[in-house]
Amino acid sequence: MSVEAVILLVMSAIFINNFVLAKFLGICPFIGVSRQLDSALGMGMAVTFVLTISSVATWCVYQYLLVPYGLEFLKTIAFILVIAALVQFVELVLKKTSPVLYKTLGIYLPLITTNCAVLGAASINVQKGYNLLMSTVFGLGAGLGFTLALILMAGIRERLEECNIPRVLRGAPIAFITAGLISLAFMGFAGMIKE
Amino acid sequence: MNQIRKGIFKENPVFVIMLGLCPSLAVSTQVINGIGMGVAILVVLLGSNLVISLMRSMVPDTIRIPVFIVVIASFVTIVDLAMQAWLPSLADALGIFIPLIVVNCIILGRAEAFASKNSPFPSLLDAIGMSTGFMLSLLLLATIRELLGNGTMTLEILGIGTTIHVPFLEEHKAVIMILPPGAFFTMGLLMGLFNLIRKKSTGTANTLTWRDAHISHRRRDICCGGLVGRKNT
Repeated sequence: MSVEAVILLVMSAIFINNFVLAKFLGICPFIGVSRQLDSALGMGMAVTFVLTISSVATWCVYQYLLVPYGLEFLKTIAFILVIAALVQFVELVLKKTSPVLYKTLGIYLPLITTNCAVLGAASINVQKGYNLLMSTVFGLGAGLGFTLALILMAGIRERLEECNIPRVLRGAPIAFITAGLISLAFMGFAGMIKE
Repeated sequence: MNQIRKGIFKENPVFVIMLGLCPSLAVSTQVINGIGMGVAILVVLLGSNLVISLMRSMVPDTIRIPVFIVVIASFVTIVDLAMQAWLPSLADALGIFIPLIVVNCIILGRAEAFASKNSPFPSLLDAIGMSTGFMLSLLLLATIRELLGNGTMTLEILGIGTTIHVPFLEEHKAVIMILPPGAFFTMGLLMGLFNLIRKKSTGTANTLTWRDAHISHRRRDICCGGLVGRKNT
């Protein structure tokens, strides 16, 4: 596989098929954790981290455990259990080995098990038949795209706090309308890569 | 009856409690997809609520979340396989959002907040109420998006049913409505509308908190990336 293909895959996962703005995966944390830049950055990093390693883990489980025994139909159950165990494991390892990193990412890790972006990436990897390298790169790209969207949103929402928004639109409704505008802007990237 | 009614308006899962946002935004490009997703959720929720309610006294408290997730994932797999076998076109349109029902907070939330504490019959009613609310919300979103974006209402599956064409709207399509930005705009405006109506009827315009929806503190923090639905999020 060429370097070009890898770069194209990352770029497409970040800009064109952005997980939040084009594929609607991970909307809940996108709306819920985007009120401050710090927490948005922490959440984004935690999701990127988990997405990358879970892409590797679920790929291995699928190829080496489910396929040989003809158990592909169990993939949803297997993936969610792998992801849940992995998140717990990562939390434990971080706590033991890197207190600094644990302090930054720790509080966001338990929130990620039920984040649909993680399970979504695992399913997409299987659906598109990516190999191990492609899956890892796709997971990383998807996580970076999620972080980018989250940080953009947090930056805008910090300003929105000082705006005079109609009372009924305050909070989540205006966040969705803002997300629509960002998504509109991201559609401009669509012509960047021919798929 | 009350059990069913509260799921539709006062505790509407999508616009008020903000659960299941990802599938609602993603599959509401066509009315039929919205209905399909709603039915899939109904089947999974009925099954998981029933089973979890039946084994509520057998499951130790500490491992209940993994147990719930495995029960839910089993029903999701059944629905996924059934849909691929009998309704392949719908399965294609819904894509990965069928397996993603596993992490949909409506299901896990109801298992935790209701089915694990109540007997089977009320749990089934609760499942019907919640999924009706979800389906109506999807129907509303999808109707608005498809009418404005394509000028049609697709109510057709496997050649059964029909597609309604609206003359004026079909000549003046606002394609943006069926693209991702349209989903965000429609969702934001509808949430605002729900706030407005609730403010008129009860005097408060704040989105309900998870606690108001009788969901325990711990669940609120793990579900759906947490933090959603707190006052004025």
